[in-house]
Amino acid sequence: MSAVTLAEKLYRRRRARNALALLLSGCAAAFGLFWLGWILFTTIGNGLHALTPALLTRSTPPPGASGGLANALFGSLIMSALALLIGAPLGVLAGTWLAEYARRGRFGEMLRFLNDILLSAPSIVLGLTIYALLVQLMGHFSAWAGALALALIALPIVVRTSDEMLQLVPNAMREAALSLGVPQWKVTVQILWRQARPGIVTGILLALARIAGETAPLLFTALNNQYWSANLDAPMASIPVAIFQFAMSPYDDWHALAWAGALIVSVFVLLLGLLARSLLRRSRIAND
Amino acid sequence: MSSAGQLAIELDAERVGRRFSGDRAFRWLAGGCAALVALALLGAAASMAWGAREAFATFGLRFLISTDWDPVAHRFGALVPVIGTIVSSGIALLIAVPVSFGIALFLTEVAPAWLRKPVASAIELLAGIPSIIYGMWGLFVFVPFMAAHVDPWIDAHLGALPMIGMFFGGPPLGLGMLTAGIVLAIMVIPFVTSVMREVFLTVPKRLKESAYALGATTWEVAWHIVLPCTRQAVIGGVFLGLGRALGETMAVTFVLGNAHELSASLLMPGNSIAAAIANEFTEADSSIYRSSLIALGFLLFVLTFVVLAIARLMLRRIERKRGYA
Repeated sequence: MSAVTLAEKLYRRRRARNALALLLSGCAAAFGLFWLGWILFTTIGNGLHALTPALLTRSTPPPGASGGLANALFGSLIMSALALLIGAPLGVLAGTWLAEYARRGRFGEMLRFLNDILLSAPSIVLGLTIYALLVQLMGHFSAWAGALALALIALPIVVRTSDEMLQLVPNAMREAALSLGVPQWKVTVQILWRQARPGIVTGILLALARIAGETAPLLFTALNNQYWSANLDAPMASIPVAIFQFAMSPYDDWHALAWAGALIVSVFVLLLGLLARSLLRRSRIAND
Repeated sequence: MSSAGQLAIELDAERVGRRFSGDRAFRWLAGGCAALVALALLGAAASMAWGAREAFATFGLRFLISTDWDPVAHRFGALVPVIGTIVSSGIALLIAVPVSFGIALFLTEVAPAWLRKPVASAIELLAGIPSIIYGMWGLFVFVPFMAAHVDPWIDAHLGALPMIGMFFGGPPLGLGMLTAGIVLAIMVIPFVTSVMREVFLTVPKRLKESAYALGATTWEVAWHIVLPCTRQAVIGGVFLGLGRALGETMAVTFVLGNAHELSASLLMPGNSIAAAIANEFTEADSSIYRSSLIALGFLLFVLTFVVLAIARLMLRRIERKRGYA
């Protein structure tokens, strides 16, 4: 009799512990979603209040005056585009080397390892690197330096996705093309790249999403600029740095501009993420 | 006849030769780009070490253990920001690891199938939000919230305790180590969760179903089967999160308070390596000041390199196992 109750007790305790654990796991998920909701809610709420047409037409104001973010938007666009122009081709070629010439073997493994570390290296350290290598040599801050710092962040993302996506291309495709006597580089450029294109483009979009919101590497490479500037050899404004400057200031006008910038960056980055994911899904279906 | 054949062979040889050189050029081009990746990392290390030489030459090893930070007297030490970096990341992991485990468990074992994808995507959205947004939200929304509701409670209830009270006493500023740690935790959760979820899915169904057949509960399967099976990769994921937290700049800069004093209390403002660099680098007015900040950056680079290397080694082994299985 007592043995039965003991077993019963143990059973109940296990059931209770299980129920508690599952409940807590649900709570953990709710906890994560709660922060997402809170952050998005405040960003959208405050950002929508601050959205005005002047954002797109006027440059960043001095304290106490009204203005917009036109020069910062322009600067962000220019520097992100430059960073991709530099980082994407290098990244795709490096990824191609990894996937096509170094799939196995020590060199490839070593390089993947280093690339993964560069991928998660603190962005402020990469900014400091560009400062030490470029800004100090040139003697002044410039949009070029900012773009290079961003390219350094984009590079490992593109390398990794290109490598992975090219590895997914079936070997039969390579063999079929090579057996027709097509040289290997043509096989790579005209067949493999085409087949892996959605995946590679996804990587580039992800890289863009990452660098669009990066602040730390721009602080001491591109610096900031209160005025409209298209000179790549001079300091240039950008949305994230403008947000940083305005949010840290004591002026309400500037806070509103910072929220508007925050909304613009968040929406841009999240939309890019969605676009990248849908592209990736389509490429997976194509490869199956 | 024979000369025509000869010509054909020669033409063919030439074409093959040209093709060969095209292949070789492409191979070298791609290889060169790949080498650039290694060169970038090496360049980062070398340039920081070079930039930091003045600080290390002036202060020597004392730089690492000194709490000085006096731009006027040109005396600098790394201890306060280094401790701040480690403590804030430690708090972040303390919160993020159990929560991430819970979310991963929820997403792989508990939630009904229709709920898994939307929740997983939403958690991934957290990873996509730029860190400057976390910083702004932290400064304008979370810091006042902590100052009004959380800090007074902690000060009143935990601050009065013997022994551990010193860690929890202080004015309700809202800024400080605890706030920074919580914001970092939110930022790290999606990264750790996504690694855990992925490796939990690699556990063979046979193993789990055998345990279920023996009468194990879902929790027992997760704790005694899934977790031991994936321990290494889970640790790798945690280190990946740690690497993120250590190097995170903007979010921490907003909520840490930028104070160069050592304080035991988690409610007091502090500093971290990344925040110190972000706040002070453009204002550094002497070369020794600038060099000290670069030296801080060098320390951060070394620290994150070690942490990330451990993470990748742990994760690599799992990837390889999956590849051959």
